[in-house]
Amino acid sequence: MSQEARYQKLKEIVSIYLPEDVSVNDITLKSYFLDELNINSANLVDIVLDVEDEFDILLENDDMDGMKTVEDALKIIDAKLTRS
Amino acid sequence: MARRVVVTGLGVCAPNGVGLPAFTKAMDEGLSGIRFMPQLKALEFACQIAGQPQIPENRLPEYFTPLQLRDMNATGIVYGVLAGKDAWQDAGLSEGQADAPDWDSGIIFGTGTLGVDKFREAILKVDAKNVRRLGSTVVLQTMASGVSAYLGGMLGCGNQVTTNSSACTTGTEGILMAFERIASGQAERMLTGSCSDSGPYVWGGFDAMRILPRNYNDRPEAASRPMSASASGFVPGSGAGAMVLESLESATARGAHIYAEVLGGAVNSGGQRGGGSMTAPNSEAVQRCIQQAVAHAGIGPSDIDTVNGHLTATTKDALEIENWAKALGRSGKHFPLINSFKGAIGHCLAAAGSIECVASVLQFKENKVFGTMNAEDLHPDIEKMVDSNYIPQKTRAHRTEILAKASFGFGDVNACIIFKRY
Repeated sequence: MSQEARYQKLKEIVSIYLPEDVSVNDITLKSYFLDELNINSANLVDIVLDVEDEFDILLENDDMDGMKTVEDALKIIDAKLTRS
Repeated sequence: MARRVVVTGLGVCAPNGVGLPAFTKAMDEGLSGIRFMPQLKALEFACQIAGQPQIPENRLPEYFTPLQLRDMNATGIVYGVLAGKDAWQDAGLSEGQADAPDWDSGIIFGTGTLGVDKFREAILKVDAKNVRRLGSTVVLQTMASGVSAYLGGMLGCGNQVTTNSSACTTGTEGILMAFERIASGQAERMLTGSCSDSGPYVWGGFDAMRILPRNYNDRPEAASRPMSASASGFVPGSGAGAMVLESLESATARGAHIYAEVLGGAVNSGGQRGGGSMTAPNSEAVQRCIQQAVAHAGIGPSDIDTVNGHLTATTKDALEIENWAKALGRSGKHFPLINSFKGAIGHCLAAAGSIECVASVLQFKENKVFGTMNAEDLHPDIEKMVDSNYIPQKTRAHRTEILAKASFGFGDVNACIIFKRY
Protein backbone atom coordinates (compact mmCIF):
# COMPACT_ATOMS: atom_id res chain seq x y z
CA MET A 1 0.00 0.00 0.00
CA SER A 2 1.42 3.38 -0.96
CA GLN A 3 1.91 6.20 1.53
CA GLU A 4 -0.94 8.09 -0.14
CA ALA A 5 -3.25 5.07 0.07
CA ARG A 6 -2.51 4.73 3.78
CA TYR A 7 -3.26 8.40 4.30
CA GLN A 8 -6.60 8.01 2.53
CA LYS A 9 -7.43 4.93 4.62
CA LEU A 10 -6.62 6.81 7.80
CA LYS A 11 -8.83 9.73 6.75
CA GLU A 12 -11.67 7.29 6.16
CA ILE A 13 -11.19 5.82 9.63
CA VAL A 14 -11.08 9.21 11.30
CA SER A 15 -14.05 10.67 9.44
CA ILE A 16 -16.77 8.95 11.52
CA TYR A 17 -15.29 10.41 14.71
CA LEU A 18 -15.39 14.01 13.48
CA PRO A 19 -17.91 16.30 15.16
CA GLU A 20 -20.65 17.70 12.95
CA ASP A 21 -18.85 21.01 12.35
CA VAL A 22 -15.62 19.44 11.11
CA SER A 23 -15.46 17.99 7.60
CA VAL A 24 -13.22 15.26 6.27
CA ASN A 25 -11.69 17.92 3.99
CA ASP A 26 -10.38 19.70 7.07
CA ILE A 27 -8.00 16.80 7.75
CA THR A 28 -4.37 17.53 6.88
CA LEU A 29 -1.14 15.77 7.80
CA LYS A 30 -0.52 18.40 10.47
CA SER A 31 -3.98 18.17 12.08
CA TYR A 32 -4.08 17.48 15.81
CA PHE A 33 -6.77 14.88 16.56
CA LEU A 34 -8.00 16.52 19.76
CA ASP A 35 -7.33 20.24 19.46
CA GLU A 36 -7.93 20.81 15.77
CA LEU A 37 -10.25 18.06 14.61
CA ASN A 38 -12.11 18.28 17.94
CA ILE A 39 -12.34 14.53 18.27
CA ASN A 40 -13.56 13.35 21.67
CA SER A 41 -10.52 12.01 23.52
CA ALA A 42 -12.46 8.85 24.45
CA ASN A 43 -12.71 8.07 20.74
CA LEU A 44 -8.91 8.01 20.27
CA VAL A 45 -8.91 4.45 21.61
CA ASP A 46 -11.51 3.54 18.98
CA ILE A 47 -9.39 5.08 16.23
CA VAL A 48 -6.46 2.98 17.43
CA LEU A 49 -8.58 -0.20 17.29
CA ASP A 50 -9.81 0.69 13.79
CA VAL A 51 -6.20 1.32 12.65
CA GLU A 52 -5.15 -2.05 14.07
CA ASP A 53 -7.94 -3.80 12.18
CA GLU A 54 -7.40 -1.93 8.92
CA PHE A 55 -3.60 -2.37 8.76
CA ASP A 56 -3.41 -5.65 10.69
CA ILE A 57 -0.91 -4.29 13.18
CA LEU A 58 -0.72 -4.05 16.97
CA LEU A 59 -0.23 -0.68 18.63
CA GLU A 60 1.39 -0.45 22.08
CA ASN A 61 0.50 2.05 24.78
CA ASP A 62 3.60 4.10 23.92
CA ASP A 63 2.50 4.28 20.30
CA MET A 64 -0.88 5.63 21.36
CA ASP A 65 0.70 8.26 23.59
CA GLY A 66 2.75 9.53 20.63
CA MET A 67 -0.22 9.80 18.30
CA LYS A 68 -1.04 13.50 18.51
CA THR A 69 -1.39 14.35 14.82
CA VAL A 70 -2.43 12.57 11.65
CA GLU A 71 1.21 12.52 10.58
CA ASP A 72 2.23 10.90 13.90
CA ALA A 73 -0.29 8.16 13.26
CA LEU A 74 0.96 7.58 9.71
CA LYS A 75 4.57 7.37 10.90
CA ILE A 76 3.67 4.79 13.51
CA ILE A 77 1.71 2.77 10.96
CA ASP A 78 4.65 2.95 8.51
CA ALA A 79 7.06 1.81 11.19
CA LYS A 80 4.88 -1.13 12.19
CA LEU A 81 4.35 -2.20 8.59
CA THR A 82 8.03 -2.09 7.66
CA ARG A 83 9.01 -4.01 10.79
CA SER A 84 6.58 -6.83 10.11
CA MET B 1 -47.21 25.63 48.02
CA ALA B 2 -46.80 22.72 45.61
CA ARG B 3 -47.08 23.61 41.95
CA ARG B 4 -49.42 21.83 39.54
CA VAL B 5 -47.76 19.38 37.15
CA VAL B 6 -49.08 18.28 33.76
CA VAL B 7 -48.15 15.80 31.04
CA THR B 8 -47.23 17.56 27.80
CA GLY B 9 -45.45 14.89 25.78
CA LEU B 10 -45.58 11.14 25.23
CA GLY B 11 -43.25 8.70 23.50
CA VAL B 12 -43.21 4.93 23.31
CA CYS B 13 -41.30 2.03 21.89
CA ALA B 14 -43.43 -1.02 22.67
CA PRO B 15 -43.63 -4.62 21.44
CA ASN B 16 -46.93 -3.87 19.67
CA GLY B 17 -46.09 -0.43 18.36
CA VAL B 18 -43.10 1.87 17.91
CA GLY B 19 -44.12 5.52 18.04
CA LEU B 20 -47.36 6.99 19.35
CA PRO B 21 -49.60 6.49 16.28
CA ALA B 22 -48.72 2.79 15.87
CA PHE B 23 -48.97 2.13 19.61
CA THR B 24 -52.30 3.94 19.96
CA LYS B 25 -53.74 1.91 17.09
CA ALA B 26 -52.42 -1.35 18.57
CA MET B 27 -53.85 -0.63 22.01
CA ASP B 28 -57.15 0.49 20.55
CA GLU B 29 -57.56 -2.54 18.31
CA GLY B 30 -56.06 -5.09 20.67
CA LEU B 31 -53.01 -5.98 18.56
CA SER B 32 -50.54 -8.23 20.34
CA GLY B 33 -46.80 -7.65 20.44
CA ILE B 34 -46.02 -11.14 21.71
CA ARG B 35 -44.12 -13.24 19.20
CA PHE B 36 -42.30 -16.55 18.95
CA MET B 37 -38.53 -16.02 19.38
CA PRO B 38 -36.40 -18.52 17.43
CA GLN B 39 -33.36 -17.52 19.50
CA LEU B 40 -35.09 -18.61 22.72
CA LYS B 41 -35.99 -21.94 21.15
CA ALA B 42 -32.41 -22.44 19.97
CA LEU B 43 -31.25 -21.78 23.53
CA GLU B 44 -33.79 -24.30 24.84
CA PHE B 45 -35.82 -21.89 26.94
CA ALA B 46 -39.05 -23.31 28.30
CA CYS B 47 -40.79 -20.04 27.39
CA GLN B 48 -39.90 -19.23 23.78
CA ILE B 49 -42.11 -16.20 23.34
CA ALA B 50 -41.57 -12.57 24.27
CA GLY B 51 -42.43 -8.99 23.49
CA GLN B 52 -39.82 -6.98 21.62
CA PRO B 53 -40.29 -3.68 19.76
CA GLN B 54 -39.97 -4.08 15.98
CA ILE B 55 -37.84 -1.11 14.89
CA PRO B 56 -37.21 -0.61 11.17
CA GLU B 57 -33.44 -0.19 10.67
CA ASN B 58 -33.95 2.97 8.64
CA ARG B 59 -35.49 4.79 11.60
CA LEU B 60 -32.40 4.64 13.79
CA PRO B 61 -30.41 7.33 11.91
CA GLU B 62 -33.22 9.76 12.75
CA TYR B 63 -32.30 9.37 16.42
CA PHE B 64 -28.58 8.55 16.51
CA THR B 65 -25.42 9.75 14.76
CA PRO B 66 -23.52 7.18 12.67
CA LEU B 67 -20.87 7.11 15.41
CA GLN B 68 -23.43 6.45 18.15
CA LEU B 69 -24.93 3.62 16.10
CA ARG B 70 -21.63 2.08 15.19
CA ASP B 71 -20.94 -0.09 18.23
CA MET B 72 -24.41 0.23 19.77
CA ASN B 73 -25.38 -3.06 21.36
CA ALA B 74 -27.70 -1.93 24.16
CA THR B 75 -31.31 -2.41 23.15
CA GLY B 76 -32.54 -0.55 26.25
CA ILE B 77 -30.71 2.60 25.17
CA VAL B 78 -32.13 2.34 21.66
CA TYR B 79 -35.69 1.97 23.01
CA GLY B 80 -35.18 4.69 25.60
CA VAL B 81 -33.78 7.19 23.10
CA LEU B 82 -36.59 6.54 20.62
CA ALA B 83 -39.28 6.97 23.28
CA GLY B 84 -37.51 9.86 25.01
CA LYS B 85 -36.81 11.93 21.91
CA ASP B 86 -40.33 11.28 20.63
CA ALA B 87 -41.83 12.50 23.92
CA TRP B 88 -39.65 15.62 23.82
CA GLN B 89 -40.71 16.38 20.26
CA ASP B 90 -44.35 15.56 21.05
CA ALA B 91 -44.18 18.18 23.79
CA GLY B 92 -43.04 20.70 21.20
CA LEU B 93 -39.61 21.10 22.80
CA SER B 94 -36.40 21.57 20.81
CA GLU B 95 -33.06 19.91 21.29
CA GLY B 96 -31.65 23.05 22.84
CA GLN B 97 -28.81 25.35 21.95
CA ALA B 98 -25.45 24.11 20.78
CA ASP B 99 -23.39 25.70 23.52
CA ALA B 100 -25.61 26.06 26.59
CA PRO B 101 -27.76 23.56 28.47
CA ASP B 102 -31.39 24.18 29.40
CA TRP B 103 -31.01 24.56 33.17
CA ASP B 104 -34.73 24.11 33.81
CA SER B 105 -35.08 20.75 32.06
CA GLY B 106 -33.97 17.42 33.50
CA ILE B 107 -34.29 13.69 33.00
CA ILE B 108 -35.22 10.78 35.25
CA PHE B 109 -35.05 7.72 33.04
CA GLY B 110 -35.01 4.37 34.81
CA THR B 111 -33.93 0.87 33.94
CA GLY B 112 -33.42 -2.51 35.57
CA THR B 113 -30.22 -3.63 33.97
CA LEU B 114 -28.84 -1.91 30.90
CA GLY B 115 -26.76 -2.94 27.93
CA VAL B 116 -26.75 -6.63 28.73
CA ASP B 117 -25.68 -7.66 25.22
CA LYS B 118 -22.89 -5.09 25.31
CA PHE B 119 -21.82 -6.40 28.68
CA ARG B 120 -21.71 -9.94 27.32
CA GLU B 121 -19.57 -8.74 24.41
CA ALA B 122 -17.20 -7.13 26.91
CA ILE B 123 -17.10 -10.16 29.22
CA LEU B 124 -16.12 -12.44 26.35
CA LYS B 125 -13.27 -10.09 25.37
CA VAL B 126 -12.08 -9.65 28.95
CA ASP B 127 -12.06 -13.41 29.54
CA ALA B 128 -10.06 -13.83 26.34
CA LYS B 129 -7.44 -11.45 27.82
CA ASN B 130 -8.40 -8.83 25.27
CA VAL B 131 -9.43 -5.97 27.51
CA ARG B 132 -7.54 -3.49 25.34
CA ARG B 133 -9.97 -4.23 22.49
CA LEU B 134 -13.11 -3.17 24.36
CA GLY B 135 -13.40 0.25 22.74
CA SER B 136 -14.74 3.38 24.34
CA THR B 137 -18.46 2.65 24.63
CA VAL B 138 -18.66 -0.36 26.98
CA VAL B 139 -18.96 1.84 30.06
CA LEU B 140 -21.45 4.24 28.48
CA GLN B 141 -23.72 1.46 27.28
CA THR B 142 -23.61 -0.70 30.41
CA MET B 143 -23.80 1.89 33.17
CA ALA B 144 -27.37 1.97 34.49
CA SER B 145 -27.56 5.70 33.80
CA GLY B 146 -26.44 5.19 30.20
CA VAL B 147 -29.93 5.82 28.88
CA SER B 148 -30.32 9.12 30.71
CA ALA B 149 -26.76 10.08 29.77
CA TYR B 150 -27.42 9.54 26.05
CA LEU B 151 -30.70 11.46 26.24
CA GLY B 152 -29.17 14.21 28.38
CA GLY B 153 -26.60 14.99 25.71
CA MET B 154 -29.02 14.76 22.83
CA LEU B 155 -31.51 17.15 24.47
CA GLY B 156 -29.02 19.37 26.27
CA CYS B 157 -30.69 19.09 29.68
CA GLY B 158 -29.01 21.05 32.48
CA ASN B 159 -31.22 20.09 35.43
CA GLN B 160 -31.00 16.77 37.29
CA VAL B 161 -30.16 13.91 34.90
CA THR B 162 -30.41 10.53 36.59
CA THR B 163 -31.65 6.95 36.49
CA ASN B 164 -33.89 5.26 39.03
CA SER B 165 -34.25 1.53 39.51
CA SER B 166 -36.90 -0.36 41.45
CA ALA B 167 -37.55 -3.48 39.37
CA CYS B 168 -40.98 -3.48 37.73
CA THR B 169 -41.99 -0.36 39.66
CA THR B 170 -39.24 1.69 37.98
CA GLY B 171 -41.27 3.54 35.34
CA THR B 172 -44.11 4.60 37.62
CA GLU B 173 -41.72 5.56 40.40
CA GLY B 174 -39.72 7.70 37.97
CA ILE B 175 -42.80 9.69 36.97
CA LEU B 176 -43.51 10.40 40.63
CA MET B 177 -39.90 11.48 41.20
CA ALA B 178 -40.13 13.85 38.25
CA PHE B 179 -43.49 15.11 39.53
CA GLU B 180 -41.98 15.91 42.93
CA ARG B 181 -39.07 17.77 41.38
CA ILE B 182 -41.36 20.03 39.39
CA ALA B 183 -43.99 20.41 42.14
CA SER B 184 -41.30 21.57 44.55
CA GLY B 185 -40.00 24.15 42.10
CA GLN B 186 -36.64 22.54 41.38
CA ALA B 187 -37.32 22.04 37.68
CA GLU B 188 -39.77 23.28 35.05
CA ARG B 189 -39.70 20.24 32.78
CA MET B 190 -38.63 16.65 33.31
CA LEU B 191 -38.37 13.91 30.71
CA THR B 192 -39.20 10.75 32.59
CA GLY B 193 -39.54 7.17 31.49
CA SER B 194 -37.90 3.80 31.69
CA CYS B 195 -36.49 1.11 29.45
CA SER B 196 -35.75 -2.57 29.54
CA ASP B 197 -33.37 -4.54 27.32
CA SER B 198 -34.53 -7.45 25.17
CA GLY B 199 -32.98 -10.86 24.92
CA PRO B 200 -32.14 -14.18 26.49
CA TYR B 201 -29.70 -12.77 29.04
CA VAL B 202 -32.42 -10.56 30.51
CA TRP B 203 -35.25 -13.07 30.30
CA GLY B 204 -33.30 -16.23 31.19
CA GLY B 205 -33.41 -15.61 34.93
CA PHE B 206 -37.20 -15.45 34.85
CA ASP B 207 -37.39 -18.63 32.78
CA ALA B 208 -35.21 -20.33 35.41
CA MET B 209 -37.59 -19.18 38.14
CA ARG B 210 -40.36 -21.05 36.29
CA ILE B 211 -42.66 -18.05 36.35
CA LEU B 212 -43.10 -17.72 32.56
CA PRO B 213 -45.78 -19.58 30.54
CA ARG B 214 -44.45 -22.79 28.97
CA ASN B 215 -47.41 -23.98 26.95
CA TYR B 216 -47.98 -21.15 24.53
CA ASN B 217 -44.92 -21.34 22.29
CA ASP B 218 -47.20 -22.16 19.35
CA ARG B 219 -49.83 -19.54 20.33
CA PRO B 220 -47.81 -16.49 21.42
CA GLU B 221 -50.67 -13.98 21.16
CA ALA B 222 -52.81 -15.97 23.61
CA ALA B 223 -50.05 -16.41 26.19
CA SER B 224 -50.35 -13.28 28.31
CA ARG B 225 -53.66 -13.68 30.15
CA PRO B 226 -54.15 -11.04 32.86
CA MET B 227 -57.02 -11.69 35.29
CA SER B 228 -57.80 -14.93 33.49
CA ALA B 229 -58.56 -18.29 35.12
CA SER B 230 -56.01 -19.83 32.77
CA ALA B 231 -53.22 -17.30 33.50
CA SER B 232 -50.01 -19.29 33.71
CA GLY B 233 -47.26 -16.72 34.14
CA PHE B 234 -46.14 -13.42 32.69
CA VAL B 235 -44.71 -13.13 29.19
CA PRO B 236 -41.39 -11.27 29.24
CA GLY B 237 -41.33 -8.03 27.33
CA SER B 238 -39.05 -5.08 26.64
CA GLY B 239 -39.12 -1.56 25.31
CA ALA B 240 -39.49 1.94 26.71
CA GLY B 241 -42.09 4.53 27.55
CA ALA B 242 -41.48 8.23 28.16
CA MET B 243 -43.38 11.34 29.07
CA VAL B 244 -42.61 14.99 29.53
CA LEU B 245 -43.88 16.40 32.82
CA GLU B 246 -44.04 20.14 33.10
CA SER B 247 -45.17 22.80 35.51
CA LEU B 248 -48.60 24.07 34.59
CA GLU B 249 -47.16 27.60 34.33
CA SER B 250 -44.51 26.53 31.84
CA ALA B 251 -46.95 24.44 29.80
CA THR B 252 -49.51 27.24 29.67
CA ALA B 253 -46.90 29.86 28.82
CA ARG B 254 -45.68 27.73 25.89
CA GLY B 255 -49.21 26.94 24.78
CA ALA B 256 -48.35 23.26 24.99
CA HIS B 257 -50.93 20.52 24.51
CA ILE B 258 -51.79 19.06 27.91
CA TYR B 259 -52.65 15.36 27.98
CA ALA B 260 -53.54 15.15 31.68
CA GLU B 261 -52.59 16.45 35.09
CA VAL B 262 -50.58 14.45 37.60
CA LEU B 263 -52.41 14.91 40.89
CA GLY B 264 -49.95 12.95 42.99
CA GLY B 265 -49.10 9.47 44.13
CA ALA B 266 -47.17 7.36 46.56
CA VAL B 267 -44.34 4.86 46.72
CA ASN B 268 -43.63 2.43 49.53
CA SER B 269 -42.31 -1.02 50.37
CA GLY B 270 -43.75 -3.96 52.24
CA GLY B 271 -40.36 -4.50 53.84
CA GLN B 272 -40.54 -8.17 52.86
CA ARG B 273 -42.59 -8.67 56.01
CA GLY B 274 -46.21 -9.68 56.59
CA GLY B 275 -46.49 -12.01 53.60
CA GLY B 276 -44.14 -9.90 51.53
CA SER B 277 -40.89 -11.37 50.21
CA MET B 278 -38.29 -10.66 47.55
CA THR B 279 -40.86 -11.78 44.96
CA ALA B 280 -44.27 -11.52 46.66
CA PRO B 281 -46.09 -8.41 47.82
CA ASN B 282 -47.08 -7.54 51.35
CA SER B 283 -50.76 -6.83 50.73
CA GLU B 284 -50.99 -4.29 53.52
CA ALA B 285 -48.22 -2.29 51.85
CA VAL B 286 -49.99 -2.41 48.48
CA GLN B 287 -53.22 -1.17 50.05
CA ARG B 288 -51.44 1.57 51.98
CA CYS B 289 -49.66 2.69 48.82
CA ILE B 290 -52.95 3.02 46.93
CA GLN B 291 -54.61 4.81 49.86
CA GLN B 292 -51.67 7.17 50.31
CA ALA B 293 -51.75 7.99 46.60
CA VAL B 294 -55.44 8.83 46.82
CA ALA B 295 -54.87 11.02 49.88
CA HIS B 296 -51.83 12.70 48.34
CA ALA B 297 -53.83 13.50 45.21
CA GLY B 298 -56.46 15.19 47.35
CA ILE B 299 -59.30 13.04 46.05
CA GLY B 300 -61.55 10.35 47.52
CA PRO B 301 -61.48 6.66 46.55
CA SER B 302 -64.87 7.01 44.85
CA ASP B 303 -63.50 9.70 42.50
CA ILE B 304 -61.45 7.14 40.59
CA ASP B 305 -63.29 5.89 37.52
CA THR B 306 -60.49 4.02 35.79
CA VAL B 307 -57.69 1.82 37.10
CA ASN B 308 -54.73 0.40 35.21
CA GLY B 309 -53.39 -2.46 37.27
CA HIS B 310 -50.00 -4.09 37.45
CA LEU B 311 -51.81 -7.41 36.72
CA THR B 312 -49.02 -9.49 35.20
CA ALA B 313 -51.03 -12.63 34.31
CA THR B 314 -49.92 -14.80 37.19
CA THR B 315 -51.99 -16.44 39.93
CA LYS B 316 -51.35 -13.28 41.98
CA ASP B 317 -53.74 -11.20 39.86
CA ALA B 318 -56.71 -12.06 42.09
CA LEU B 319 -54.73 -10.89 45.14
CA GLU B 320 -54.01 -7.58 43.41
CA ILE B 321 -57.73 -7.09 42.66
CA GLU B 322 -58.49 -7.86 46.30
CA ASN B 323 -55.97 -5.21 47.35
CA TRP B 324 -57.54 -2.61 45.05
CA ALA B 325 -61.00 -3.51 46.36
CA LYS B 326 -59.92 -3.20 49.99
CA ALA B 327 -57.85 -0.06 49.46
CA LEU B 328 -60.64 1.76 47.63
CA GLY B 329 -63.49 0.18 49.60
CA ARG B 330 -65.22 -0.65 46.32
CA SER B 331 -66.44 -3.88 44.74
CA GLY B 332 -68.99 -5.39 42.37
CA LYS B 333 -70.77 -2.74 40.33
CA HIS B 334 -69.09 0.00 42.35
CA PHE B 335 -65.61 -0.96 41.19
CA PRO B 336 -63.89 1.40 38.69
CA LEU B 337 -63.19 0.21 35.17
CA ILE B 338 -59.98 -1.81 35.36
CA ASN B 339 -57.65 -3.06 32.66
CA SER B 340 -54.20 -4.53 32.14
CA PHE B 341 -52.10 -3.80 29.07
CA LYS B 342 -49.88 -6.82 29.64
CA GLY B 343 -52.22 -9.02 27.58
CA ALA B 344 -50.99 -7.09 24.52
CA ILE B 345 -47.39 -6.22 25.39
CA GLY B 346 -46.39 -8.76 28.04
CA HIS B 347 -44.56 -7.67 31.14
CA CYS B 348 -41.97 -5.17 29.99
CA LEU B 349 -40.21 -5.36 33.40
CA ALA B 350 -38.46 -2.07 34.18
CA ALA B 351 -40.23 -0.50 31.19
CA ALA B 352 -43.67 -1.76 32.23
CA GLY B 353 -44.62 1.21 34.38
CA SER B 354 -43.68 3.85 31.83
CA ILE B 355 -45.22 2.13 28.79
CA GLU B 356 -48.41 1.47 30.74
CA CYS B 357 -48.54 5.06 32.02
CA VAL B 358 -48.21 6.27 28.43
CA ALA B 359 -51.12 4.02 27.42
CA SER B 360 -53.12 5.13 30.46
CA VAL B 361 -52.66 8.80 29.60
CA LEU B 362 -53.51 8.12 25.94
CA GLN B 363 -56.90 6.94 27.13
CA PHE B 364 -57.73 10.53 28.18
CA LYS B 365 -56.96 11.80 24.70
CA GLU B 366 -58.75 8.98 22.91
CA ASN B 367 -61.77 9.07 25.23
CA LYS B 368 -61.50 5.31 25.43
CA VAL B 369 -60.53 2.62 27.87
CA PHE B 370 -58.36 0.04 26.15
CA GLY B 371 -59.43 -3.60 26.42
CA THR B 372 -57.54 -6.32 28.24
CA MET B 373 -56.52 -9.07 25.84
CA ASN B 374 -56.98 -12.73 26.73
CA ALA B 375 -59.15 -12.12 29.79
CA GLU B 376 -62.25 -13.74 28.35
CA ASP B 377 -62.17 -16.49 31.00
CA LEU B 378 -62.05 -14.24 34.05
CA HIS B 379 -60.68 -15.81 37.20
CA PRO B 380 -63.69 -16.76 39.37
CA ASP B 381 -62.15 -15.09 42.43
CA ILE B 382 -61.89 -11.84 40.46
CA GLU B 383 -65.47 -12.09 39.22
CA LYS B 384 -66.60 -12.35 42.83
CA MET B 385 -64.97 -8.98 43.57
CA VAL B 386 -65.56 -7.04 40.34
CA ASP B 387 -68.62 -7.03 38.10
CA SER B 388 -67.30 -8.40 34.81
CA ASN B 389 -68.77 -5.42 32.96
CA TYR B 390 -66.07 -3.31 34.62
CA ILE B 391 -63.28 -5.34 33.04
CA PRO B 392 -63.47 -4.38 29.35
CA GLN B 393 -62.29 -7.16 27.05
CA LYS B 394 -62.42 -4.83 24.08
CA THR B 395 -61.66 -1.13 23.88
CA ARG B 396 -64.66 0.84 25.02
CA ALA B 397 -65.67 4.49 24.73
CA HIS B 398 -65.29 6.11 28.12
CA ARG B 399 -64.42 9.59 29.25
CA THR B 400 -61.98 8.97 32.08
CA GLU B 401 -61.87 11.75 34.64
CA ILE B 402 -59.49 10.30 37.24
CA LEU B 403 -57.24 7.31 36.66
CA ALA B 404 -55.12 5.37 39.15
CA LYS B 405 -52.15 3.37 37.89
CA ALA B 406 -50.05 1.10 40.07
CA SER B 407 -46.87 -0.88 39.54
CA PHE B 408 -45.30 -3.41 41.89
CA GLY B 409 -41.83 -4.92 41.80
CA PHE B 410 -39.43 -7.50 43.13
CA GLY B 411 -38.04 -6.39 46.46
CA ASP B 412 -41.63 -5.81 47.64
CA VAL B 413 -41.80 -2.26 46.28
CA ASN B 414 -44.93 -0.38 45.18
CA ALA B 415 -45.88 2.79 43.34
CA CYS B 416 -49.28 4.28 42.61
CA ILE B 417 -49.93 7.44 40.59
CA ILE B 418 -53.11 9.45 40.01
CA PHE B 419 -53.79 11.19 36.68
CA LYS B 420 -56.68 13.59 36.13
CA ARG B 421 -58.27 14.94 32.99
CA TYR B 422 -57.16 18.50 32.31
